[in-house]
Amino acid sequence: MIINQLTIHEAHEQLKARQLSSVELTKACLERINQTEPKVHALVTVTDELALKQAQKADQLIARGNTHPLTGIPVIIKDNMCTKGIPTTCSSKMLQNFIPPYDATVVEKLNNCGAVIMGKANMDEFAMGSSTEHSAFFPTHNPWDPSRVPGGSSGGSAVAVAADETIYALGSDTGGSIRQPAGFCSVTGMKPTYGRVSRYGLVAFASSLDQIGPLTKDVADCAIVLNAIAGFDNRDSTSVPEPTPDYTQYLTADLSGLVIGVPKEYFVQGMQKEVETAMQAAINRLEELGAKVDWEVSLPSTPYALAAYYIIAPSEASANLARYDGVKYGFSFTDTDSMWEALEKTRQFGFGDEVKRRIMLGTHALSAGYYDAWYLKAQKVRTLIRREFDQAFEKYDVLVTPTSPTVPFKIGEKLDDPLQMYLSDVCTLPINIAGLPAISIPAGFGNGLPIGMQIIGKPFSEETILKVAYAYEQATEWHKRKPQV
Amino acid sequence: MNYETIIGLEVHAQLLTKSKMFCRCSTDYASAPPNTHVCPVCLGMPGVLPTINQQAVEFTVMTALALNCTISDYTRFDRKNYPYPDLMKGYQISQSYAPFGHHGWLTIEANGEKKRVGIDNVHLEEDVAKLIHRTSPGGESYSLVDVNRAGVPLMEIVGEPDLRSPEEARQYLMKLRSILQYLGVSTANMEEGSFRCDANISIRPQDSTDLLAKVEVKNMNSFKAVYRALEYEAERQRKRAAEGKKLAQETRGWVEERGITVAQRSKEYAHDYRYFPEPDLAPLVLNREWVEAIRSKLPELPEARRDRFVAEYNLPLYDANLLTSSILMADYFEACMRGAPQKSAKPVANWIIGEFSRLLNATNTGINDSKVGPVALFDLVQLIHEGSISSTSGKSVLEEMFHTGKSADDIIKAQGLSQISDTEAIEREVMAVIRNNAQAVADYKAGKKQSLKFLVGQVMRATRGRANPTVVNELLEKKLEEG
Repeated sequence: MIINQLTIHEAHEQLKARQLSSVELTKACLERINQTEPKVHALVTVTDELALKQAQKADQLIARGNTHPLTGIPVIIKDNMCTKGIPTTCSSKMLQNFIPPYDATVVEKLNNCGAVIMGKANMDEFAMGSSTEHSAFFPTHNPWDPSRVPGGSSGGSAVAVAADETIYALGSDTGGSIRQPAGFCSVTGMKPTYGRVSRYGLVAFASSLDQIGPLTKDVADCAIVLNAIAGFDNRDSTSVPEPTPDYTQYLTADLSGLVIGVPKEYFVQGMQKEVETAMQAAINRLEELGAKVDWEVSLPSTPYALAAYYIIAPSEASANLARYDGVKYGFSFTDTDSMWEALEKTRQFGFGDEVKRRIMLGTHALSAGYYDAWYLKAQKVRTLIRREFDQAFEKYDVLVTPTSPTVPFKIGEKLDDPLQMYLSDVCTLPINIAGLPAISIPAGFGNGLPIGMQIIGKPFSEETILKVAYAYEQATEWHKRKPQV
Repeated sequence: MNYETIIGLEVHAQLLTKSKMFCRCSTDYASAPPNTHVCPVCLGMPGVLPTINQQAVEFTVMTALALNCTISDYTRFDRKNYPYPDLMKGYQISQSYAPFGHHGWLTIEANGEKKRVGIDNVHLEEDVAKLIHRTSPGGESYSLVDVNRAGVPLMEIVGEPDLRSPEEARQYLMKLRSILQYLGVSTANMEEGSFRCDANISIRPQDSTDLLAKVEVKNMNSFKAVYRALEYEAERQRKRAAEGKKLAQETRGWVEERGITVAQRSKEYAHDYRYFPEPDLAPLVLNREWVEAIRSKLPELPEARRDRFVAEYNLPLYDANLLTSSILMADYFEACMRGAPQKSAKPVANWIIGEFSRLLNATNTGINDSKVGPVALFDLVQLIHEGSISSTSGKSVLEEMFHTGKSADDIIKAQGLSQISDTEAIEREVMAVIRNNAQAVADYKAGKKQSLKFLVGQVMRATRGRANPTVVNELLEKKLEEG
């Protein structure tokens, strides 16, 4: 047994049975980090001392009979979630020295469960990107092929899980930032319904699209983590006061009676053959498991989602990132006589190119004379896309699509072509636009590179998604494969 | 050519909530050290989110109702984007597309006539931090930021350009202030900055609808400043127009010490605020029943109270208007009148509006901060009314009460001021005055009746104002006829 390869539920059983201590588990993960980090560069900060302290505390809790499934289990947090006393950089020069005096709600919740925080994961700067190449510090490498990207923006979180540096991780997803790297790294990643998980303490990229979710080694773990982080938070007025069920109760292998739709617009031009083949096989497998599949679903507004997304997200970002002015915290350019020059230079040198590109896009889309043509139009498209999903969910329990049209691409391959990079999220971003929950689970390999399947549900139907994902996972072995690092 | 003046006012009022608009920090920062009433939310730190202060929403809806606005069923907040070091997030959470109230009005009295002034909208936003500009001993200028004020709920009342003179503008502001104070939603104190006013002013040729350039005037910190600035600005614009010069559309600042407005920035360089819906706050759907419940709980407003004062206390409209212009003065009046007969109302009103107000204004004292409570004032008015002291003595007694806090009774006793109605004592003085003023007596007898006034004055002087003037008059006339 390699203990850092355990899932949450496996590790929990051993901790409960006192066959393993949290300190041992944590040390195994820290050792693995030492071994693999030079190759994958998934982490921005490793909090080894804190982790060991938390592990000792967790062992005491377990000794006293505390049996929360996350007690004593190591976790890696994407570096855009505020951690009190621990640097939270968003992989940006702007926040390189920023240490929040507060915890994000999800971090607080994990701490209350007795979690062991091992460090903070690398990401595309301010979550803007699909490859983790836009980190201001270093790119993260895909453990399945270090010359390739791990996806993004939660690339560090996905790699930390895939390379068994941690038992699970938290990511954030604005247009696919959990699901696409989960697909690229062959792990399970879920974006919950917008409003399901509190955003308090998540450094905002696009407020109406951002959502925190788990990256795990299997579907059962995903349910466990979602149980811990979901729920209304009075500090986030966009979080929803819906009751949260115990998601682990829905993990059954039988799909009979379930109706699955396959929207044809998601099998886009430019999709790689091996992805298409893998998807067909995966959906056939779902049918064998008892589900009824309709291959001819149409969501005709899908082709406009990308354009709408790249107006709405940058518009919100242009305001969200206005607070980084060098006055209160973070990077500050001070070698100047003028306040305005200091502000300009702070932002000129503090932000990377992709961030600046999106701030400019958003500023333009909101400008007088352009607002109606860009921002308002995009909002109308958003309404259309939502409505089409609502209609589809009158007939189907879930929709199934590939997570990304391609397998992981080469580092540097799309760096100079933003549009090609944006297309990597073409299957995931409509789901954020509609605020829906969706999961990516391992669904095969093409030339040794991972392929993810996306399962989409209606709002607040995470349990249905988990059920389908679990049934598929139990019938396949993809999630058990490990990369050679 | 004759020009008409067109004025519209935008008023910002800080709301009297306990906590800030979007976080739990206290709003009671007036005497707090800088940056002590702050938290990650009002500091605009990464990852934090706003939550709406319900009390502020209720206050805004109350105000909108009191200003006869239509209340929006669906409202939401928007982001107003502009960079400035007093703005923690780089945007202000405000309302542009769906304010709480719209299309209201309030009534002012101008030239003795009632006039309705339109209210475009009433909306809610957050205050910004305070910048303190300093110069170092080395001559370097720098600014300090105090974030205590940032995030305090700020209600904006946007008036229609219905005002036609600085006087109307003054009436409008006073009325608005009085309504906010009656509602208890704001201290509405201009000098303390809880009530701020920006003015849009332009002129247009009489009988024309073409406005000349619209000028925004800022930096007026008192009612008087608003009046003076608008008077100056209207005159400046007329002069320029008369000289055939072009008027620029611009923002001008009032310079109090010099009594002038100066150009600040041209509208061509105006900000594009890039308003868009605040994605961190869900839209609010206002429940009709909730709104109606607020409407039914609205307190008595200045006009209703004025009408009641006329009906209940039989006061002249003028007095009732003055008394009810400030809720504190109206409350004070009613406290004086508690248990008193209706006939005391007029003398009590006279003393409050007259001598008492003069003392308050001269010493810049709030009516509730003075040493003369309503009961003490009523007692004084009673003593005068009963004839125990003359109203002339009353003034000096009130002044003494005002400065020392002693009762009228004590002061009268200590100074021997009680009025002399004893005929014998007055008669002695009357005879003395007749003896010592032979010329005036002769004039009177020769038919010069004004001389009587002089002689009455002499008696009053001799009694140091304590003689009852009616008795003095009667006695003098009688003695002169006799003698």
